[in-house]
Order: sequence, then C-alpha cells, then structure tokens
Amino acid sequence: MSVLLDILASVGLWEAVLRIATPLILGTLGVLLCERVGVLNLGIEGIMAFGAMIGWLTVYSGGDLWAGIAAAAACGAAFGLLHALMTVPLGLSQHVTGLGITLFASSVAYYIFRLAVPTASSPPTVEPFRPLPVPMLSDIPFFGPVLFTQTAPTYLALVLVAILAFVLYRTPLGLAIRMTGENPHAVEAQGIDPILVRIGTIMAGSALMGVAGAFLTLAAFNSFFPTMVQGRGWICIALVVFALWRPGRALLGAVLFAFFDAFQLRLQTAVDGVPYQLFLMLPYLLSILALVVMAQRARVPQALMQPYRRGER
Amino acid sequence: MTRVLELSGITKRFGATLANDAVSLHLERGEIVALLGENGAGKTTLMSILFGHYTADAGTVRVEGEVLPPGHPRAAIRAGVGMVHQHFALAANLTVLDNVMTGTEPLWRLRSDRSGARARLAALAERFGLRVDPDARVSDLSVGERQRVEILKALYNDASILILDEPTAVLTTQEAERLFATLRDMAAKGLSLIFISHKLHEVMSASDRVVVLRGGRVVAERATRETSREELAELMVGRAVDRPVRPPATPGPVLLQARDVAVAGKGGASLKGVDFALRAGETLGIIGVSGNGQTTLAEVVSGVLAPAAGTLTVRGAPLASGVRAAIAAGIGRIPEDRHAEGVLGDMTTWENVVLERIWSPEFSRRGVVRRGAARAAAARILGDYDVRGAQVDGRVRLLSGGNMQKLILGRVLEAAPDILVAAQPSRGLDEGAIAGVHRRLIEARARGAGVLLISEDLDEVIALADRIRAIVGGRLSPAIPAERADARLLGLMMAGDWRAAEGIAAGAEGEAHAL
Repeated sequence: MSVLLDILASVGLWEAVLRIATPLILGTLGVLLCERVGVLNLGIEGIMAFGAMIGWLTVYSGGDLWAGIAAAAACGAAFGLLHALMTVPLGLSQHVTGLGITLFASSVAYYIFRLAVPTASSPPTVEPFRPLPVPMLSDIPFFGPVLFTQTAPTYLALVLVAILAFVLYRTPLGLAIRMTGENPHAVEAQGIDPILVRIGTIMAGSALMGVAGAFLTLAAFNSFFPTMVQGRGWICIALVVFALWRPGRALLGAVLFAFFDAFQLRLQTAVDGVPYQLFLMLPYLLSILALVVMAQRARVPQALMQPYRRGER
Repeated sequence: MTRVLELSGITKRFGATLANDAVSLHLERGEIVALLGENGAGKTTLMSILFGHYTADAGTVRVEGEVLPPGHPRAAIRAGVGMVHQHFALAANLTVLDNVMTGTEPLWRLRSDRSGARARLAALAERFGLRVDPDARVSDLSVGERQRVEILKALYNDASILILDEPTAVLTTQEAERLFATLRDMAAKGLSLIFISHKLHEVMSASDRVVVLRGGRVVAERATRETSREELAELMVGRAVDRPVRPPATPGPVLLQARDVAVAGKGGASLKGVDFALRAGETLGIIGVSGNGQTTLAEVVSGVLAPAAGTLTVRGAPLASGVRAAIAAGIGRIPEDRHAEGVLGDMTTWENVVLERIWSPEFSRRGVVRRGAARAAAARILGDYDVRGAQVDGRVRLLSGGNMQKLILGRVLEAAPDILVAAQPSRGLDEGAIAGVHRRLIEARARGAGVLLISEDLDEVIALADRIRAIVGGRLSPAIPAERADARLLGLMMAGDWRAAEGIAAGAEGEAHAL
C-alpha cells in the first residue's frame, strides 16, 4: 500500500501526466471536431504517425521546431481533405475510408522515413522542445513543476481546448458545425452548404491529429520510429465518447487516461512479482470501464456516419 | 393587391419523368393559396425549385418583381421566402434557439449575439402566438411544437412569404386546427402563404384560392368559396373518386376475443381492462385521439407486446405470445408507421414481401430461402395490387407512401389472414390511394375475415366499420353500430363521455336478443 502512496505523492508522476496527456488532448479534439460535424475519422492513427514523421523530418533537415509542428498540421489537413472528399461528396463508408487512410498514412510515413534515413541502425535524434517554465507560477511548490513547467505544445493544447469550446458554443461557425453533425438538411435549409462545412471541419480536425503526432517526436521523444503512435489514435476515438463530444470533458478524459498510464509505468518498477504486462493493460481496462459508465449518458450527434446527399432524406 | 410571388413556366424533368410541366403560379400579399394535388403530382418539386433546393430546367421565379437566381436557398431566404418542410429540418439534440439561429449570422463573426437573438425570437413568438421555450431541446418537444419552431425559423429570417409542405401530415386534428388559425392570423398581418396539401377539408376551410396540380401541370385554379369538395376531388384525381361503400354483412362466429387485457405503459401507452370480440365478416372500428392506447392495442393483438394481465383467444384457443405465433394463428397486420415497422427500406421488394413468412415451406426449405418462389410471389403482388414504380429487385425506400401501403396490403392479404389488424391504414395517403385501401379492407371482410380497424379518421371508420368503439386512456367505450354514428356522438365518445353510447349499446343488444 505504501508503494502506491509513494508513487502518488511523487512530483515526477504528476509532471508526467500533462506530458503524456498532450497528444491525447490534441488527437481527441481532432476526432471531436470531425464527429461533431458528422464524420467518423478512423484515419487518426495513421495521420498521427505521419505527423510524427513529418514533424521530426522537418526539424532533422534543419527546420525550426514550430515549422515541424506546422508541417504536421498541414499534412494532417491534407489527409483530412482526402478523407473528407471520399466520405462527404462521394459518401463512401467512413469506417473503411478511415482505416484505409490509417494504413496508407502510416506506410507512407515509414517509407519517407526510410528514404530520408536509409541505413541508420538507431533512429537519428533531434533537439526537442524544452520545458518552458512560466515565470512566477512555476515557483509554486508542487503545482509549479506539475502545471507550469511543461513544453510549449502542451500549453498550446490546453489553450486549444478553451478556443475550441468557445468556437463550438459561442460562435455562428460553431453552431453551423454542430448543426451539420445533427441535421445537415437543416443547415442546407438555412442557406449554408453542409458539404463545405464538413470538408473544412474535417481538415481542421485532422490538422490537430497531425500536431498530436508531431508532439511525440518533437517533445515527448526526440526521434521517430514506426510503431510510436501505439494505439493512441484509437484511445482518442474512445475518449471522444467518454467526453460526450464536449471539449472540456475531452481534456478531463485525456488527463485521466494519462494519469493511469503514468501510474502504471511507475508501478512496473515499484512492484515485484507481477508481470509488467498486467500494469500495461491497466489504463485500457480502466478506460473501458469509464467508457461504459459515461456512454450511458452519451448524446451522439444524430447525423454521425450518415452521408449527406442533397435533396435526399 | 400586390403580387409578391410569381412562378412562370417552371419545367423540371427527373430522368424520364416530367415532374413539373410549364407550371405558373402567383401569390398576392395577405393571401393563403392551397396547392392541391395527389402524391407525385409535383407539388413538392415545385416548391423545392422556388426555394432553390432544385434548379428548374426552364422558367423563372420572381419575388416582388425581382427574378430569383435558381439553385440558391440563401437567395430565396434573403428575398423573404421561408419554407416549412414536411420532414422538419431541425436538430433534435440542440435547443430551439440554436435551431432558429443557425445560419442567421455571418459565419466568421467572432461571437454569436445570443441574447439579442433570444429577445427577437421571444418578440416573434409573442406577435404570432407561437409560444415555445427557447432553451428547450427540440427532442423534448411535441410534434406540434416542433412545427412551431420550423415556422419561427422562417419568420426569424424575415420571411414574408411562407411555404408549408403538407403541414398537417403529422399533426393531430386539434393541432391542425390551431395551426390554421395561426396561418390565418399571419395572413391578416400581411404575410403571404402557400400550403401544400392533399386533404380536401383543410383546403376548403383554410385557403383563399386553390391551385390544383395533376401530373406536373396546373389543371385548375379556383377561388375557394366558389368551389366544392367534390369538384376539387375530381380535379385532383382526374376522375370522380368515390370511396367504396360497405355492403351489409352478417357477422359469423367470434374469431378474436380479448378479456380484461391490461398493459402497463408510459403515458398514453397503457391498456386497462380491455374487452372486445371480433367476429368473422365484420369490421370493428376503434377511434380515439392519438396517444390513448391505440398503438399498444394494435401491438398486443399482433403479438408485438404480451398483455400483462387478461387473455386473448383466437377461436377459443389462447393466443401464444410473440409475433410468430400471431401470424401462425392467422392474424395479419398493417402497422401504423409503415416506414418504421412496415417495411425495411433498404431491402428489396421481394425480401420485404416474404419477410413475415420466411419460415413457411412456401418460401424456405431446410434453412435456405426459395428465391424463385419468393420473387414470383412479389411479382404477383406488384401486379395484383397495382404497386406502381416498384421492381421485384428494387429497394422499397424509393416507393411513394401510397404504393408502399399497397405493397404492405398485398403482403398481408396474400396470406389470407382470418383476422386483420389495420392501424391507421390510410394515414398520409391521397384520395385515390385511400379508396384503394378501403376497397381491399372491404374485400377482406366480405371474404369472412374479421377486421380490427384502428383509425383517427372518423370518415374512414364510419365508412368501413360495422361497430365503433372509442379508446380513451387505454379503456374501450361500449360499441355502437355504425348506422347510429354521427360526428357529435363520436366526439363525445372520444372525449370519454360514454353515457349516450351506453344507451345505444344497451338498445342494440336488446334488438339482437329480440331477433
């Protein structure tokens, strides 16, 4: 028991939480945007892999760290456009298209990586984002290191949660986005083109997924390897349901999952005699449980996964 | 009078069908025009062109003298045209205010003016008597309230011309009356309205002028006070339509007997102490205001729901629970909601035809579907029941309501059920289709089937039923013979005042004994 308390009391655990949560926050916001407009985007896993690769490659070839982030966002948006074109005007299956994009994007990412680094046995590293202590606030005991000594992209992710919540609930654009996810016919009847709203929003959401991937190579780690996304994209899909499609709750869900993850990492080293795979499983098990509880109250966007065809009901 | 809207020479072709053929129509300020026509006459197409959902192949739309650019709903909205769709264009998960505000502000504005919008919505609701809570979720509203939101949406966009596509299709009689009162009030306040309908009585009572559309053409235009129901019916259908008349019949033995049947349910879904007998060769009509247990009654008799108490017997033998047992006992059903329960829209015609009897040896053998037999049965029904526009391998979704109902009728009657449960069998159908449905129900009765007709349409029940009972709060009134029925008596029965009905029922019983 005291082992658990020791872990819980350590600043290191809590410092790690926001770092682990950042890609989940960004990815969840991305999925949330796509689903709010009525389109499931299972391309996230691959888009994150590509974002991780292109972010790293940009910096590796001499670019600025922020240029890496921008490149990941742009590539994410491009994959988003591909997904949108197939699922929105063509109305193809969103599951199949999304999985196709995941397979395609991760393979292309690895291919480009191999073109750039043909022979190296250990993946080359870049100089990643360094923690950026916020003046004054970072001196507060415990909360300083936990909340205010993070890297710049983490702060960005937190600010994005607020921005996205504001856009969705307080602006005419956000209302149009939510309405498109509920009933595209109603949007059309009010003189807005739901197809354009969907395409634009999917691109924005996919850009966030790209940035989520870039965070892995440019802040969490400092190099790229093909398996590094490790199902984080799928977790984001589940977190959106947990979040009941609300940005604030998406943040909560991401932090909760990250906490379980950080906790189990420390359990692995602290507890003997139990196979570490058991601990590895823990966060996923707990998220399934949380999902079961939360999903009871879910208010799914009514037009989710329903292609919109003009003049057809 | 000023002319606010003028459509001239509108022509629209879908593939081989000419949906609108050089249609011209005009609307004056403060006027209510009814656009009358059967399903498929091209009414909705015409209004979709006016609103910019479709682009016409030829013809122009002028609003206040200005030509409207085709194919742009936005332009129609700006010109003051508002459309109230038949299937409401609302988002159920969002609030009334959200629904009304969507698209009314520039998209890139940094912040919505929600308090301003709320005040404006409240003022509009006040002015036109369309009270609704702006913060209620649309999913929590009744159908009538949702329609109010649709109308408010149009008014919020400063509509001065309002188009309503079959506004009463989903409303109860009371809600419909209230709606037309509101529309008249709007016209008096200077709005101009067009409503699409195929119901003669509402056209006669609510419009100033009627434009009749048939086969995509305007066939007639009449001032409402100078025409009659009969003339309009003939103009609309193209020939005189008479609903078939029920010949006298002598009821046979009791086929279906319910004793003290009760079902617990939420709100209007419960049944309490329901007793009735249905004899061979008779039609028992059940009337009532919607939500008084009709749906539950139909579901109990057709085996969807098991009664919590009481018994159902078919020819004296207790009815086992389950739809399959009900079908095996010879009970056929025409469900109330044909889209949700009657057919599977995305499956083919032949699959829909055999679905209820897929385990019968006729259609399957050793677990394998006999496609040849099934498709032959489907083809036979399409021919015998005159289902138009359907193909054996085509999807059922593409059929019009009337043809879908013919298909369902064909499927049920083909099995020659002894007992037929018909729930709202002609809801939403046009005059021609209603006459067809009635003819089939009379035929089934003549063949010796017992028909349980559950309907909100009093004319239909009076025309078809031998005995009539009202359902109120899940209880059945005494039965009165159809000959004694009039609107006043049926109204009292539906309101739960059964004294007069009891007297008549006792009298009828006495007569039966005397015979």
